[in-house]
Amino acid sequence: MKQLMLGNEAVARGLYEAGCRLVSGYPGTPSTEITETVANYPEVYCEWAPNEKVALEAAFGASLAGARAACTMKHVGLNVAADPLFTLSYTGVNGGLVICVADDPGMHSSQNEQDSRHYAIAAKVPMLEPADAAESRDFAMRAFALSEQFDTPVILRMCTRISHSQSLVETGAREETPLRPYVKNPQKYIMAPANAIRRHPVVEARTRALTAFAETCDLNRLEMPGERAKLGIICSGTCYQYVREVFGNSQSQENSVGILKLGLVNPLPETLIRDFAARVDRLVVIEELDPVIETHVRAMGLAVEGKNLFPLEGEFSQNTVRKAFGLPLPPSVAAEPSIPVRPPVMCAGCPHRGMFYVLSRHKVTVIGDIGCYTLGMAQPLQAVDSVLCMGASVSGIHGFNKVGGKETEGKTVAVIGDSTFMHSGMTGLVNISYNASNSTVIILDNSITGMTGHQQNPSTGYNIHGDPATKVDLEVFCHAIGIQRVRVVDPYDLAACEQVLSEELAFEGPSVIISRRPCVLLKYVKPKMPVVIDRESCRGCKKCMKLGCPAIHMEGGRAAVDDTLCVGCGVCSQLCAFGAIREPSGGEQ
Amino acid sequence: METRNIMIVGVGGQGTLLASKLLGYLLCGEGFDVKVSEVHGMSQRGGSVVTYVRWGDCVASPIIDEGEADFVVSFEKLEAARWAPRLREGGLIIVNDRETDPMPVITGAAEYPHGVLDSLRERGVRVDAVDALTLACQAGSAKAVNLVLLGRLSRSFPDIPVEKWMDAIGACVKPRFVDMNKAAFTLGRESGGAEL
Repeated sequence: MKQLMLGNEAVARGLYEAGCRLVSGYPGTPSTEITETVANYPEVYCEWAPNEKVALEAAFGASLAGARAACTMKHVGLNVAADPLFTLSYTGVNGGLVICVADDPGMHSSQNEQDSRHYAIAAKVPMLEPADAAESRDFAMRAFALSEQFDTPVILRMCTRISHSQSLVETGAREETPLRPYVKNPQKYIMAPANAIRRHPVVEARTRALTAFAETCDLNRLEMPGERAKLGIICSGTCYQYVREVFGNSQSQENSVGILKLGLVNPLPETLIRDFAARVDRLVVIEELDPVIETHVRAMGLAVEGKNLFPLEGEFSQNTVRKAFGLPLPPSVAAEPSIPVRPPVMCAGCPHRGMFYVLSRHKVTVIGDIGCYTLGMAQPLQAVDSVLCMGASVSGIHGFNKVGGKETEGKTVAVIGDSTFMHSGMTGLVNISYNASNSTVIILDNSITGMTGHQQNPSTGYNIHGDPATKVDLEVFCHAIGIQRVRVVDPYDLAACEQVLSEELAFEGPSVIISRRPCVLLKYVKPKMPVVIDRESCRGCKKCMKLGCPAIHMEGGRAAVDDTLCVGCGVCSQLCAFGAIREPSGGEQ
Repeated sequence: METRNIMIVGVGGQGTLLASKLLGYLLCGEGFDVKVSEVHGMSQRGGSVVTYVRWGDCVASPIIDEGEADFVVSFEKLEAARWAPRLREGGLIIVNDRETDPMPVITGAAEYPHGVLDSLRERGVRVDAVDALTLACQAGSAKAVNLVLLGRLSRSFPDIPVEKWMDAIGACVKPRFVDMNKAAFTLGRESGGAEL
């Protein structure tokens, strides 16, 4: 029976059905649900790794031992995993190895819009790109077969609109694949120069073999209205769906459209493309982000269009295709001119808010990081100065202070969440300790990976299944690497935050402040009764509004609380000089 | 059948995902090809969220573009106005008659445009505004706004008997919340309002 599945769930299903034995991943939108879904299949060992490099290397180990294995990550995670990727291309695999990576065109939840296809080309590994959930399952399974047939890791490229769209999937039973025997083979698996020199030609021969495979395999598909077409479109993934949406019903003689739908996007089938080009009057590549296919086709000497018609930036849609070809758009009402934006905000009761309020009062420079606390950048707190990538806060403050000296030391902090600290903040902190940085790092420990929807990490004490696991003790870790001063503070206690922050900024040398309180959305965190505002005492000074709490607003010149949002954290009541905001007597709601 | 489209829009955390899950289940059960597209991650944190539900004989694109939506189901007035351009000619907006201030309004950087629904009506857009929060609370939970709005939406589907909707609720909602959600759905379906 067919069932509705997210693209990500379908990938997980494909991995499962193909007999995959190990999946390791790091959460990242839009890839997270692949791993979360695999975790529901008891036949597959599944885990959250501290970062994507560890995840890919764990999958490598499982492959070396003869198992089918996979790892999962978002596009920027592949940057972290790039080191093992490039050399895995040389070693090849034993059991099939699939790297699931999800791009985010339009940056719904990402810091850049990089195109993962460049990695497949650079690392010289095949890449599959499904166009709906059914293909997501099929291609995940095909990826294992390809991996073993050609002795290579295979990248399965998803994107937000495939990962997070549900469509119908026909599922099958799991096929157990026996472990391939592990045989010691230094020439293949030890990439010292003498061996790597011999492996590189193997990689090039493999690419030639894969290119020949691409010419005839059913992963690539020609859809022609007849012998010839006026317009020929090369596309893959979600772009294929937009093309079908626009041209699916317009196959007249005068206006015929042929489609070359690529499922294997690296390496490209040059003969197939040439034959297709010869059968169409006009050749256009439609691809989101970079002109990867277009550039290749042009280098083949063919007349091709693409980025002259389509943007390099953002997500496409059917109207993007209509506009590019000058087709009429469906009529619609004009947008209202003055609709305020509704950006994401820190939740009511978010433990990060108190610390960011104190930081904004101190007017310190805040080197930020990736997570919910990136939202500390938003109005009204505007407490964050920079956000680059996972871990860059801790490494960055070190460089900032080394050149800033007395100008910046004592006036700058790094902020990083517990999961991001585990991911790649730890090594930066070792650098701070080792190279004697006069820097203060604040670990915002909300005991979960928040932004991606609550995944466990090595500092939470639970594994992906929610079972108790070894808990990395942040204080002990900091001490062990040589940080003498480690302070723990409750971010709901503004006075304590003020005091600890002042003391640690004044201290000369490395220091860590652990701002610790679990995410208010965690099930075990019970909300308290909403605060009560005494409208008689409120003077309408708007000091409480400086917190940027979505549960507080002004009503008739006085502060008012939205009882459906307020969780009674009481941070606002600490700000009120008139005692107008009170915590009601009474315990949990 | 040509592809038809419902957009569900609201503010992160309001329960839009349950509404789309339920519609997906229902429409699959009717034998249609269905695509449901969601946005996860950062956008969920109190931001503007949008879900696309498309069904027909063969659905290609997972998203609904400007001028294509048969229905925009909105959990909040401002979001209804924000996404109104996605409505096709003759399409219907079903909106919870409530205002939730976005952060720029809370901080005073922007003003909430209070007359957005009237403005849409003046421009010929069909708007069915319903106080879904009050009806949801009557049913037993402020969180059941989504089911009130689906009940309202169900009036536009004369071919799908109410039992099918109830079956979908039973299949998609945690057992202990089924009765409350069915009550919210019924209130939304049967409460008075302009003939559309």
